[in-house]
Amino acid sequence: MDLRYSPSDEAFRAELQAWLAATLPTLPPEPPRDDWPARVVYDTDWQKRLFDAGYAGMSWPKEYGGRDAPPSEQLIFLEECSNAKAPYVGVNFVGTLHAGPTIIAEGTPEQKAKHIPKILRGDEVWCQCFSEPDAGSDLAALQTRAVRDGDDYVVTGRKIWCSFGQVGEYGELLARTDPDVPKHKGISWFILPMDLPGIEIRPIETILGSSEFCEVFLDEVRVPAEQMVGQENDGWRVTNVTLSFERGTAFVSEMVDAMRMAEELAPLVHDPADRRELGHVIAEFDALWALTKRNVSNSATKGDTGLGGMIMKLAYSEARDHLCELSMRALERGAFDVHEPYVEERLRTLSLTIAAGTSQIQRNILSERVLGLPRERQWPAE
Amino acid sequence: MNFDLTDDQEALRDGIRAVCQGRFTSERVRAGFDRGVWDELAETGVFSLIADGFSWADAAIAFEELGRAVVPGPLVWGVLAHGLVDGIPTGLARPAAGAPAMVEHLAAADAVVILDGDTVRSVAASAVSGALLDWPLDPLTPITRVDTLPEGEPVAGADGAQWNRAGAVLTAAFQAGMAHACVEQATEYSLARRQFDRPIGSFQAIKHLLADALVRAEVARTAVHAAAVTLDDPEVGDVDRAIRGAKLLAGEAALKNAKTSVQVHGGMGFTWEVDAHLYLKRAWLTNTAFGTPDACADALAASLG
Repeated sequence: MDLRYSPSDEAFRAELQAWLAATLPTLPPEPPRDDWPARVVYDTDWQKRLFDAGYAGMSWPKEYGGRDAPPSEQLIFLEECSNAKAPYVGVNFVGTLHAGPTIIAEGTPEQKAKHIPKILRGDEVWCQCFSEPDAGSDLAALQTRAVRDGDDYVVTGRKIWCSFGQVGEYGELLARTDPDVPKHKGISWFILPMDLPGIEIRPIETILGSSEFCEVFLDEVRVPAEQMVGQENDGWRVTNVTLSFERGTAFVSEMVDAMRMAEELAPLVHDPADRRELGHVIAEFDALWALTKRNVSNSATKGDTGLGGMIMKLAYSEARDHLCELSMRALERGAFDVHEPYVEERLRTLSLTIAAGTSQIQRNILSERVLGLPRERQWPAE
Repeated sequence: MNFDLTDDQEALRDGIRAVCQGRFTSERVRAGFDRGVWDELAETGVFSLIADGFSWADAAIAFEELGRAVVPGPLVWGVLAHGLVDGIPTGLARPAAGAPAMVEHLAAADAVVILDGDTVRSVAASAVSGALLDWPLDPLTPITRVDTLPEGEPVAGADGAQWNRAGAVLTAAFQAGMAHACVEQATEYSLARRQFDRPIGSFQAIKHLLADALVRAEVARTAVHAAAVTLDDPEVGDVDRAIRGAKLLAGEAALKNAKTSVQVHGGMGFTWEVDAHLYLKRAWLTNTAFGTPDACADALAASLG
């Protein structure tokens, strides 16, 4: 076990730090949270700067314009960007972290040529159309139908929790192409141009009073068949291939932010019981940072983050919740103003133990796949 | 950076695990610590690891396995005092003035080492007298209540600050191993025990207890490894911070997971026959050594200002 970075890792870190120090002061001011057109300009401008400097697509293969960097450099990249308070991935999230890697792994040459360079340069914004009102934790139960008709699929249904739905030019769409087979085996993955006739987008007002997510209504939308990624009815597998691009780094940016928050919060925490809890939170984040290094190491040497990768989401989101609750106690009545540092963060963090697999679903997965415990007995279908 | 066990470390782990599974069965462990146990462990080289050129990370890996099997004895002191004190050492931090010293394994020991802050002193076990408790909390750890602990003689060559750090790492490693063993034992029971015509391990109420226990054990184990590596190579981090975090998380994981094991075992978990209580009682004991979880948390918060 070794926690020392190699000389080439350290050289990469130094070069990146110098670039960040030179670049960040030249950025325009960050736009307001709900000004989506301005956010697109700001976030995609950052993506273009990363691309021009050779830092876009850290984990992407070189033939697709990526850097093909080792996982340790991907970790350093995210760590240093967060330390320097560089812009977050923002509206580039779905394209660079999910749709792009999916198309690289499963797309046709035409699909790759059309989308990959644009995603990497920040010229194309994507949104996600996976969840449905009746398919949340049980995503594979999704009911949006895609029926083949000539050269098109005719898509009808309703999607919810579509991140960046207001601004996405393309959506990654999961739809049911065969209703007569077990639920995981009748789903296909489509590139959905969001300007097709029959698509209606409505923002959802969240607990923050803001609009990170949308609902998307699809009414007989004709999606050309060549927009399918992978084979018909193989969409469930296709949507899981992107995990290999993460390489143990999924929560690095957020974790660096959380550790900074804990340090900034320290002088505000006076009650002895709260001080003790702060110490506890620090221990948790230090351990999760070490676990991140373990996962990145395993990704590099074994190609798989293993148990560490499986526990990270649950452990990180619960630790962050712990930290945020502590911040509310420290602020006392100062927390009545959402503009106070950390109050907005408290609200936002409520989503972390829900999105992308609730903590309860995570515990089911761990107990079944790691501990080998049986699934609960099925209810008969209604 | 490669923060995973090396091939040699995996071999060390497997070797110690095999020794424990072969020799330190529940029956043997329940017979308690004696010179025979000491000699067998000494033969494996577990006390002389550092003297033999192994790292603290290696020693932590070995102690995880001893913890898994909840092997009794003053094992941490065996490593710390190796080569500096003759015979079997036991040890403790000197209690506050007026408080009695609760000395573990006094009858089996040849020497008692006393950590006085960062000063290490030693006294012959025969020179320490007190009352042997007839009902000790942990049945595998005999306790002698000593009202007046002798001053002792300084131990030449002993770096007390390093003893405090390494003692915390090894104790935390032992606890992380206990925490994992509790998950395994409770999981095994939840698959075998049937109620309402199905294994109780199929109920989410049980599955979630065990999933949380697994997360605690693995996060604690990672923290212990980070602390041990930092003790070996202080340039990679803040060694005291890493050690406090590890001792806190491992102590909490050992305690909470042992309680989870008692709970999942139900009525059987309340019996002497099931091992769950041995882990729980050792968790309570080990949490008082080399920094309680609360003391570690307070010190971590204080270090941030």
